[in-house]
Amino acid sequence: MQRPVDPTSLAGKEFPLAGHAALVVLGAGPAGVAAALEAKQLGLDVMLVDEHPVASPLIGLDVPYMFGERLDPAVQNKPRMLERVLGGRPEIAALFEAGVDVQPGVYVWGAFVNGTGGDAPPRALLGLADEEHSWLLSFDRLIAASGARDLALAFPGWDRPGVLGARGFAAAINLYQAFSGRRIVVLGAGALGLGVAKLALEAGIEVAGIADVQGVTHPGPLLDRLNAHGIPIYLRHAVEGVRGATEVEGISLVPLAGPEAGFEIACDSIVSALDVVPTSEIFDLLGCRIAWRAEPGGFVPALDDEGRTSIPGIYAAGDCTGVTDAALVDPGLAAASGRRAARAVARDAGIDVEALAAPLPGELRDRAAHSRSWLEAHLASLDEIMICRCEEVALRDLLGVRPPRTLAYDREKFAARDLRSLAAEGPVNQDQVKRLTRAGMGACQGRRCREQVHLLLTLEGNQAPGSVPMPSYRAPLRPLSLRVLSAHDETAEMRRNWVTWFGIPSQWLPHWEKVPEDGGLSDHRIGLWDSSQ
Amino acid sequence: MSAGADVVVIGGGATGLSTAWWLCREGVAVTVLERGIVGWEASGRNGGGATHPYSPLFREEQRLWPTMDELLGYPTEYRRKRIRIGLSADELAMYEHGARLAEEQGFAVERLDPRALRELVPWVGERVAGGLLYHFGGHANPQRTVQAYAWAIQDLGGVILQHTTVTGIRRSAGKAVAVETDRGSVGCDAVVIAAGPHTGRIAAMIGVDVPLAPARAEMIVTEPLPLIRYGGADGNGLYGRQTLRGNLAYGGGPHEWIEIADSRTPRPVNSPVVRSLARRLAELFPKIAHLRVIRSWAGIVENTPDGRPILDRLQDPSNVVIATLSSVGFGLSPASGHALAELVMRGKCTFADLTWLGLGRFRDLDPDWRRDAGWLPGSGQPAALRA
Repeated sequence: MQRPVDPTSLAGKEFPLAGHAALVVLGAGPAGVAAALEAKQLGLDVMLVDEHPVASPLIGLDVPYMFGERLDPAVQNKPRMLERVLGGRPEIAALFEAGVDVQPGVYVWGAFVNGTGGDAPPRALLGLADEEHSWLLSFDRLIAASGARDLALAFPGWDRPGVLGARGFAAAINLYQAFSGRRIVVLGAGALGLGVAKLALEAGIEVAGIADVQGVTHPGPLLDRLNAHGIPIYLRHAVEGVRGATEVEGISLVPLAGPEAGFEIACDSIVSALDVVPTSEIFDLLGCRIAWRAEPGGFVPALDDEGRTSIPGIYAAGDCTGVTDAALVDPGLAAASGRRAARAVARDAGIDVEALAAPLPGELRDRAAHSRSWLEAHLASLDEIMICRCEEVALRDLLGVRPPRTLAYDREKFAARDLRSLAAEGPVNQDQVKRLTRAGMGACQGRRCREQVHLLLTLEGNQAPGSVPMPSYRAPLRPLSLRVLSAHDETAEMRRNWVTWFGIPSQWLPHWEKVPEDGGLSDHRIGLWDSSQ
Repeated sequence: MSAGADVVVIGGGATGLSTAWWLCREGVAVTVLERGIVGWEASGRNGGGATHPYSPLFREEQRLWPTMDELLGYPTEYRRKRIRIGLSADELAMYEHGARLAEEQGFAVERLDPRALRELVPWVGERVAGGLLYHFGGHANPQRTVQAYAWAIQDLGGVILQHTTVTGIRRSAGKAVAVETDRGSVGCDAVVIAAGPHTGRIAAMIGVDVPLAPARAEMIVTEPLPLIRYGGADGNGLYGRQTLRGNLAYGGGPHEWIEIADSRTPRPVNSPVVRSLARRLAELFPKIAHLRVIRSWAGIVENTPDGRPILDRLQDPSNVVIATLSSVGFGLSPASGHALAELVMRGKCTFADLTWLGLGRFRDLDPDWRRDAGWLPGSGQPAALRA
């Protein structure tokens, strides 16, 4: 016998689909490209989705990378950018040729698998969008090769236009061919920073210096080459400030120890290349198990030997599974990781093929230690510096767990409340601090601040590294306008049975009256919300 | 763990915290037990509305909210008034029902023609029938408010134990005498169970059946816009508000009936319904359809069979109070906490008629009520998908 169905609930609701993909690969970096090609060659139908070129408003928000307002106006022309992005990635042509369904310029904003345990979609869905509209796609398997984001760490002036991240700089040069700077200073003398300097030299951009709070750099032929170019490397230096009222015009460095005064270097851009962070947003959205691991750079999905996440059908490859110095230098490692995930997909689809071993990560180091020493070196000068730029939360407000400055409140009451007092009541939770201070609550959803807030909460809240849980990601993973996100394709049934809240008639009749026999269904005072009227 | 308290409140959501705060104000020694972080679940994830004319607690709700910042000592972001927008004449007529209910209780409602409505809410388009301006009601920031309750409780000497899971309630001679947790037990003279969707499971520990069905509901939020005069403006099947920061936070549409197996609340995920929320918000405010959605979220709430609260002091054990606001708890919390504190201290509420909000009304409830109402997960057809 058919059980009764609540027509206002999710049960039985249809979500129209734009299509189905046996395997979706997210990201057209080395891991994604290799995964897609391998899977295709093993006989799988593959769709590869990549968000580049992103629209210029996103570039302005530093999503997905820290672009630092150093991309020229050409980025406003998306068709032109599409040509450039495809031109800058010849490997994509090979994918087209192999028959991979390549979808450039498409955002992944949502992912839905087995909901909360009720009437959620029985199949896994992906929410996709371009600049015009959004749609849903069902899929059997997904390889996330979502790469790594720029790690933003504050210093006095870090919020000035002209401060980019390593990935943002690389995308500006290689993908968008739209970098508007001419002379840069690189922050970070590790493998990433040296790589940025190399890229700049190859692109004809002047490198005025490389600075780091640490005393070590990344030795090797690249370092020799940069030395041969006479590029000064300032180790054990902190940033004293940034010159320029509205834009970066120079940077002041100061030795961490010793009597020497600070000095200024003229530059129009500062590339912060201290580190990159695995992009874990899609894994969090899907509910994959995520663990803190200091060596590969923070929160990464838990994987088995072949690249499977904790959720059947979801795989991971490349930098999003963890960052290593070796992989920063050699994209072949990410590609190997992509092929490994594709093999796992094929094996799970019943194709008789050998598993591939994980690429050797090379030497591991505690990547968080570098970030920690950076923040510690600058902490004293950051009090009034905005940590969350979208919501204008200064370090002082963050550590004091203060409401936003626009809100009137009793300052005396708050004198006894801060991060330490909050920590005394239980483990520090970044989402809770966000609710109280608004840090990470803005349009970029913490892409510019979540790692440093996490680090600051750990440091200043006296929490064990990694014990502060990762702040959550939610759909849409990219900010989309109401118009674009809009369910233009929703079913008539969704419209017809829509209620503002539950649709229980007796809930809206006076609670000082007894509930009518029919629950209030026939009461003239009630009209269930019906938009078809 | 602490030796004991006069009253143990199980559940650190808006209802439990407000109850504890009212008890603290009366000088009662209170301990709040919270499985996670205060206000973490539905209490901190809702629309923030404070306009409930169908509730016997309505007057008290309206009396208290304008004073809550001062009473608590911490900001709640409360703002007065609310606007209902009718895109069609039928929709406007539907909102009239609620308006009349408030007018009958002496509150003022102003009818707005499309021009007057657009002056207050410039985002609405040409296709609009009119609006209602409630000169009462309002909205607050749920996240800030629950933390304000918690801090106010601590300021008054109350104890809040977070990350503490209740495992049992010890009875002796017709009374609850201690609440057992994974961190030890707390002796007490009275217990308030205000654990949201977990209320039924905890009441079952003392053999009391509280009929509740948990469900998931979801909301979206946009980037900020300059503030309009009264941010609590909604319609087109949506509830929500412009926050004081300027963001538009709106919800509505299909909920998902779920099961809760144990003390953990399931991860409140979103569904593709977020796209329908975006569509309806764009229809309601066509002039700002370019505004970007930056986040969505979901929360788990519970409903009683008639969708109304249970605010009741039990006969046996006689010192236990059951509190569920049946999915509409945040806005009423200043008043519900007051009523519940009176139930604890006096056995009855002196300022509101709670006659029909007792647990006894479900005495003859069919054990299969959830199935019969279609309130079980997986009811009927699985959600079909069309390619």
